[in-house]
Amino acid sequence: MSSDMHGLMAEFADAREVVVAAERVHHHGYTKVDAYAPYPHEELAHALHLPKSHVSKLVLLGGLIGMAAGYGLCYVTSVFVYPLNIGGRPLHSWPAFIVPTYETTILFAALSAVVGMLMLNGLPQPYHPAFHVPEFVRASTDRFFICIESEDPHFDAHETRRFLEGLPGVAKVTEVPR
Amino acid sequence: MSSAAPPAERHPMDQPGAPVVAPGHTLESVTAKISGVVLTKYAPKQWFLGLAVAFLLLQLMALAVVNLLFRGIGVWGPNVPIGWGFDIINFVWWIGIGHAGTLISAILLLLRQDWRTSINRFAEAMTLFAVACAAFYPIFHTGRPWVAFYWLMPYPNSMGLWPNFRSPLIWDVFAVSTYATVSALFWFVGLIPDLATLRDRTQHPILQRVFGLAAMGWRNSVRHWHNYESAYLLLAGLSTPLVVSVHTVVSFDFSTGLIPGWHATIFPPYFVAGAIYAGFAMVLTLAIPLRRWYHLEDFITMRHLENMAKVMLATGLVVGYGYLMEAFFAWYSGNTYERFMMYNRMFGPYWQMYWALILCNVVTPNLLWSKRLRTNIGVLFVISNVVSVGMWLERYVIIVTSLHRDFLPSSWGFYSGTIFDWSAFIGTIGLFLTLIFVFVRLLPAISIFEMRTLVPPQARKENAA
Repeated sequence: MSSDMHGLMAEFADAREVVVAAERVHHHGYTKVDAYAPYPHEELAHALHLPKSHVSKLVLLGGLIGMAAGYGLCYVTSVFVYPLNIGGRPLHSWPAFIVPTYETTILFAALSAVVGMLMLNGLPQPYHPAFHVPEFVRASTDRFFICIESEDPHFDAHETRRFLEGLPGVAKVTEVPR
Repeated sequence: MSSAAPPAERHPMDQPGAPVVAPGHTLESVTAKISGVVLTKYAPKQWFLGLAVAFLLLQLMALAVVNLLFRGIGVWGPNVPIGWGFDIINFVWWIGIGHAGTLISAILLLLRQDWRTSINRFAEAMTLFAVACAAFYPIFHTGRPWVAFYWLMPYPNSMGLWPNFRSPLIWDVFAVSTYATVSALFWFVGLIPDLATLRDRTQHPILQRVFGLAAMGWRNSVRHWHNYESAYLLLAGLSTPLVVSVHTVVSFDFSTGLIPGWHATIFPPYFVAGAIYAGFAMVLTLAIPLRRWYHLEDFITMRHLENMAKVMLATGLVVGYGYLMEAFFAWYSGNTYERFMMYNRMFGPYWQMYWALILCNVVTPNLLWSKRLRTNIGVLFVISNVVSVGMWLERYVIIVTSLHRDFLPSSWGFYSGTIFDWSAFIGTIGLFLTLIFVFVRLLPAISIFEMRTLVPPQARKENAA
C-alpha cells in the first residue's frame, strides 16, 4: 500500500466496454472509484451505482426560501415600512405581490441549482491528481477512464493493477501520483 | 442580402431532409471542429468585416449615450401625450428577441428535441446580449441612471424610499433581472464542460490557465456529470415558466393601464408568441451567415433551419390571431374609444405603420408553408429579417397609436423618433452584433459536450470512422 499514489487509472476507447468494466469494478467490491467520460454517460453512472443526486432537494429548498423572501419583502414594504394609501384599498394587496414572489422563487431556485451543483461536485477545485496522467486530457474528447483510488480498503498496488489490466477493452493502466 | 444568397454548389447539409449531424462524425471530429473555431489563430475575413461594422455602430451608441447624459432625455422624442416612445418600443423588441434563446435551451430540452443542441449555445448568448440591449432603454430613460436605484431596487436607502410592489413597472424590474440572471447561469453552466475541453485541447500556456480557471477544475467525472445533469434539467424546468412569465409581465406594463388598445386580456399570450416569433427570426438571421462563415453546415443543417422556420410560421399565425382578436374585441366591446383606437390605427396618421406591420408579420410568414421556400436559405434569411422589422413595427403601433389619441381630443399629439432616438437604437444593434462577434471568437458557439451525445453510439470510440 503506497501512500504516494492517488490511485490507478485505466483507459478505455469504447463507450460500451467501459460500462462493462465499471460493473466489474463495482462487483469486485471497490467503492473509492471514479469514472470519467467526455459527455454525461448515464449507463456508466448506473454501473457505478451512484446514489441519487441531491441537487433537486437543494433547489426545492432554495425555491421555498426565495418564495418566502419575495413575499416577505412585498408584505413588509407595503404594509409596514412604506404604506401607500391608494383609494383606501387594502395595504396587504396579495394579488399584486404574486409576480415579484414568482420571480424571486425562480431566481433563488436557479441560484441554488448552480451553487448546489458546484458544491456537491467540490468545485472550484484548483488541483486534482487525475490531471497528472498525460492521456487524461482526452477525457474531454473521446476517451473513458476508470480510476480506483488508493484509499479504497481493497486497494493493493499489484492486485488492483492486475485486476484493471484484465478488464475488457482496457487500453492502458497508469499510476496516478498524488 | 447577397451574403446569404444560395451558393453555386449546394452543401449536402443544405438539402431538405438533412440529418441533425452530418454522417461520419466521431467524438474526436466533433470536438476538434467546434473547438477549432476558438483555438485557431485565424478568423475568417467576414468575421473581421462584421466586427468592424458592428463596432462602428457601437460608437454611435457611445455618442448617443454621452449626448443623452449631457443634454438630458429631452433629446429623445417622447413628450406629452406620448411619454413612451423608442425607449419602450426597443426595450420590448429586444426582450422579445431574447426569448427564443431560453425557449431553445429550456423548453426544447425538456421536450427532448435533440436538434436544439447545435443552436442552443449561441441562442442563449443571443438572449443575454439582447437582454443587455433591452436593459439599456429603461435604465437610460430614467435620465440619471445612477440615482434610479431608489425606486428600482428595494434596499434601505438614505431617502427612506421603497418601491411600490403594486406597480407593473417594478414587476418588470424583478422579471427582467431574474431573467437576465437565470439566462446567464444557464449559459455558464452549459459552458463549464466545454471550457474544460478547451483547457485540455489548447497548447497555449496562458489560454490553458484562463480556460482552466473558468472551468473551475471540471474533470469530466461521472460523479460531476451526475449532479450536473440534475442541475441542468432543473434549470431548464425553472427557465420554462420564466420564458412565459417575462413577456407576460412586460405586457402587464400595458394591459394594467386604461389606455384604449392596451387594456386587453389577450396581451400576455400574444406578447409571448410575438417574442418567440421575433426570437426565432433573430436566431435564423445570425445562424445563416455564421454556419457559412465558419463552415458549420455539418452541425447546423437544413433540418435546423427548417424546424426554426416551422416554429416561426406557427408563432406567426398565433400573432396574426392576436391582431385579429384585437380588432374584433375593439368592435365587439362596443366601447367608443376602443373602436376609435382601432379605426385610427388602421386609417389614422400612422396607417402606413399598421399595414406594413400586417404585411411583415401576417402575410410574409405564410410563404413558409411552402417547403421549397422554407428550405431556400436566401429566402429564409430575407423572411426572418422582414419578421424582425415587423415585430419592431408591432411595438411601434401598439405604443404610439394608442397614446397619441386617447380619450380627450385636447390631449392628442404626434410622435416620431428624433435622430438621437435612431442613433441609440442603431447603437444597440451595434452593441448586440459586437457582443455576438466577440462571443463566437472567444467561446464555443455550439455546445461541444451535447454534440458528442448526438454522435451515433457505434462511432463513440476512437477508431470508428
